Formats: sequence, C-alpha cells, structure tokens
Amino acid sequence: MKILVTVKRVIDYNVQVRVKADGSGVEKENVKMSMNPPDENAVEEALRIKEAGKADEIIILSIGEEKCQETIRTALAMGADRGILIKASDDVEPLAVSKIVSKVVETEQPGLILMGKQAIDDDSNQTAQMTSALLGWPQATFASKIEIEGNIGTVTREIDEGLERIKVNIPFIASCDLRLNEPRYASLPNIMKAKKKPIDIKSAEELGVDVSRRVEHIKISEPPTRQKGVMVADVAELVQKLKYEAKVI
Amino acid sequence: MSILVIAEHNNIEIKSSTLNTINAASKLGSEIEVLVLGSNIDNISKEISSYQHVSKVIFIDSEKFENAIAENIEPVILSLAEKYSHILAPATTFGKNVMPRVAVKLDVAQISDIVNIESEDTFIRPIYAGNALATVKTKDTKKVITVRPTSFDVVAKEGGSGIVEQINLDIAESGVEFIDREESKSDRPELSTARIVVSGGRGLQSAENFKLISDIADKLNAAIGASRAAVDAGYVSNDYQVGQTGKVVVPDLYIAVGISGAIQHLAGMKESKIIVAINKDEEAPIFNIADYGLTADLFEALPALSTELDKLNSIEK
Repeated sequence: MKILVTVKRVIDYNVQVRVKADGSGVEKENVKMSMNPPDENAVEEALRIKEAGKADEIIILSIGEEKCQETIRTALAMGADRGILIKASDDVEPLAVSKIVSKVVETEQPGLILMGKQAIDDDSNQTAQMTSALLGWPQATFASKIEIEGNIGTVTREIDEGLERIKVNIPFIASCDLRLNEPRYASLPNIMKAKKKPIDIKSAEELGVDVSRRVEHIKISEPPTRQKGVMVADVAELVQKLKYEAKVI
Repeated sequence: MSILVIAEHNNIEIKSSTLNTINAASKLGSEIEVLVLGSNIDNISKEISSYQHVSKVIFIDSEKFENAIAENIEPVILSLAEKYSHILAPATTFGKNVMPRVAVKLDVAQISDIVNIESEDTFIRPIYAGNALATVKTKDTKKVITVRPTSFDVVAKEGGSGIVEQINLDIAESGVEFIDREESKSDRPELSTARIVVSGGRGLQSAENFKLISDIADKLNAAIGASRAAVDAGYVSNDYQVGQTGKVVVPDLYIAVGISGAIQHLAGMKESKIIVAINKDEEAPIFNIADYGLTADLFEALPALSTELDKLNSIEK
C-alpha cells in the first residue's frame, strides 16, 4: 500500500505574525517558514504505519511555490520515500487543493491519504473533507489515533464533546490532530539521504486544475489589541478587584 | 432567496451553537430554514421552530443520522441546496466535518469560521490563530459558511413560525461505521458557553493538582479549561482544550492559572471580557493581555483564592 501525505509550507508556528500596514496581507519577507505542524504528525503517522509493515511507500505532496520543495525535503529527511510538487501560487484555496490531490490520487493510487487537519495560516480546516467527498472515500477527520488491521482502519477522532471512534475501509483519508503522535527529528545522515530522493515537479495547469481564487481577500487587518492591565499584590486584592471593579464575580 | 442552517444537536438537546448560527443567518436574510437530521428528533425539531427568525424546520428522522456521520448528512444538504443562497453551520467539529463536503460538491469555496458579516457576500474571519482578521468577499453565488458560535449571540426562544416539515431521502451506505463516543460528563457549565472559565496549564504539574482548578471552578460556578500543554501532558482530556485547535471561549471572566500564554492558547480566549492571569513567571506573555495579573506560586495562590471566595460567599449569605 502507498500512503500519500500532503504538506503545506507555512509561517513557522513560533513566529509572531505581523499584519502589513497597507492591509494587503501579512509579512512574509525574511520570516522563518516551516512545515504546517499537523502535517508533521501526518508524515510521522505514515512512517509508523510503514515501519509496522503495513505500507510500502510514502509519497509527499505539496502545492505551491518552488520553495515548497524545502518542506517536501523535510518530510523526506524524516523518512518518506519521494516527493511531488505541484507548482502554483502560494494561496491556492482548499477547493483547488482538493481537486489537485484527487488528480494525483488518480495516478498514484494510494490506499491511504494523511493530511494535517488544519493549516495554521488560513485556519480553514477543509481540504481533507473536500478530498474525501471528491474521491468518494470515507473521511476520518481530527484523528488522534489510527489503527490499521488488514483492510480496515479504526480511527479515534477528537470532537468537541470528547472522543469518537469510527471504522472505515481502505482506501480512506484521515486528517491528523496534533495529538496523534510526536513527530521525529530528522537525523543528519537522513537529511543527507533526503537530498538524493526524487521530487517530481508539475504545474497545476498540467493537471488541468483551475486554481484561480473564488474568495478575494479585501483587507487583512490587526485584531483589536488588549490593553495590558494592572498587577495585583495578592489574592485578596484580586478578589476585591473582580468583585467591585470588574463586577464579574 | 432563503438561508439554510444545519442544526447541531445530540438527538436530545439542541446545541447552543445552532442558536448562534441562526442569529448569524438572520443578518443575511429573513427567510431562515433549519435542517435537523437525527434519530427521534420530533421534539427538538418542534422546539427549534419556536426560536426567533426561524421560518421553517425541515427534518429527517432516521437512525442513519443518529451519530452525525458527515457522509450521510452531505447528500441531504445537497438535495436541498438549490433553493438557498446561503448554507450555514456552526464552526464546531460537527460543522467542520460536514460543510467542506457540501462546498466541494457544489463547486464553491467554503468560508470557514466567520466572526462578522459585512454583506451577503463579504465576511470577516480570523486567520493565523486570530493574529489577523481577513475581510473576504466570495465570487460564488451559493455561499457555504461555517460560523464561529461565540461571535454571535443566541436567538430568543420566541417568535419562530412553528412550522415543521418532515421529509424523506434514501441515502447510500457511507463506508463509515460508528463505534462509540466517549463524552466527558460534567455538572459544570459547558466550556464554550460558560460565563466564567478557570483554566490550568503546564504549571499545574499533574492531573492530581487539577483538583485545585476544579475547587475554584466549583466556587465560581465556572467551566474548566486547559492549555494544550496540560492536555498533552495528560492532566485533563482533549475536550477541555482552549486555543487555536481547541475551543474558542468568550466568557465574562477567564482565569488562566499556570498558563504562559502561547499564541495558540491566546487564540482561544483573548476575546474574553476580563482576563486574570496567575503565574509565577512575571515575564509570562499571558500578563500582556491580562486585565489583572498576579505573580505568584499557584500552589499558594489557589488555596488562598479558595479561602477568599469562601469569605465572599459567606458575606453574601
């Protein structure tokens, strides 16, 4: 079985994002970029499934600018086998991403697709669900545990009320939660090895997918900022303030 | 054209997220219909029809909808989609699971997690964990939207049309089998709608020590929350998590204890009316957004707070 894992290049989660003064977007110049965090969990899970002898090959797919190759290389250094880059602008919407993934699935025929449940840049949380609907494969979203036995996946999902377990047939698509696993670090020898692993590069046009945006960003603005409040000396003062000043208790 | 709201419920009760979403829909138009899919849902369907702004409730009562399997819900929405300009669901794990499927099948982009409505095609939504707000305008004629519940008030339980229509639709087998659900039972208010939330972080150091948080929560009739660090460390279960990938809360009072204030956590609570931070590290970023900060060891501060709240309660009695 092949596993297809999608990875997105995003502003590193530790970077304090700055909104541009002209409202056109956020500052991306000279900002550290990394793999979207839940995508790392997706890569790690694929590696574990392969290490358990339940998959033979892990293919990493990224969509975006030339530089997404770095993100693919990161996944290859973790242990994935080969990469595919579909060149497009860096703001392809989930709708077009799901169409591209579906096209890649036609050629690659994986048994399992793993994605991060949400990208930490646009926070859409859509791509896995859309891809599932397009392919007609079952979806197992927000996964915090994935067990594969033969042709069946048992997935624990993180839902607002707690946890839910579902059973799905292979092929299926899972979107990964941060709690799924602890992603490994790439070792130096593996980083060296990853440089020789193949990355196949195509464009979205070659796949026949229209990536033009349906949703226009009219303005990106700073959220209202909170004023720093006061420090209190002790618990007694805190309770007095909450009772008589803020009147919330 | 009318607007369709997909109701979230547990077959027994309507989730308040549905009532927030109906309110959001009312800002887009006056004909609001609500779709209720579930098992033994006559009562809640009738109940929803009594809420403000609701022109009609459409429901299907079938075991296929007992567990909100997205693959089963999607074809029903699609079969009804034609007559609506907007299709809305709450941006909860329920709505997030279903709506992108509907959007892609209609070949439209979904607008996720809106916090404000500018016009019938222009919305405001947080991006980058709420560190920026995007004003977005969609070109699609049919709009598929998820609504951040805490950004819209619930609608009143009056003024609805009372009209309820039962429909039927055969749906194919989905290939998804529900096994079970493990819900945390609690007598406390629900985290996402509580007036007061007391949250603990890694500073609590153990699941055992979370007792200190629940003691304060009991005295304030508050919900309990947690940072991702506390959930990952196994102190409490995932449904307590407040933040970018957990719940977004907007209580009147949010008390953050032993939480340093990572960007991902702030994304889930920084809209709270009053924020209190208790942390022994005076440099902790949480203090930058707190209305009241207390630099203290939580293992001393929480018992002291408990005593002070007792005093207050005894004065009031």
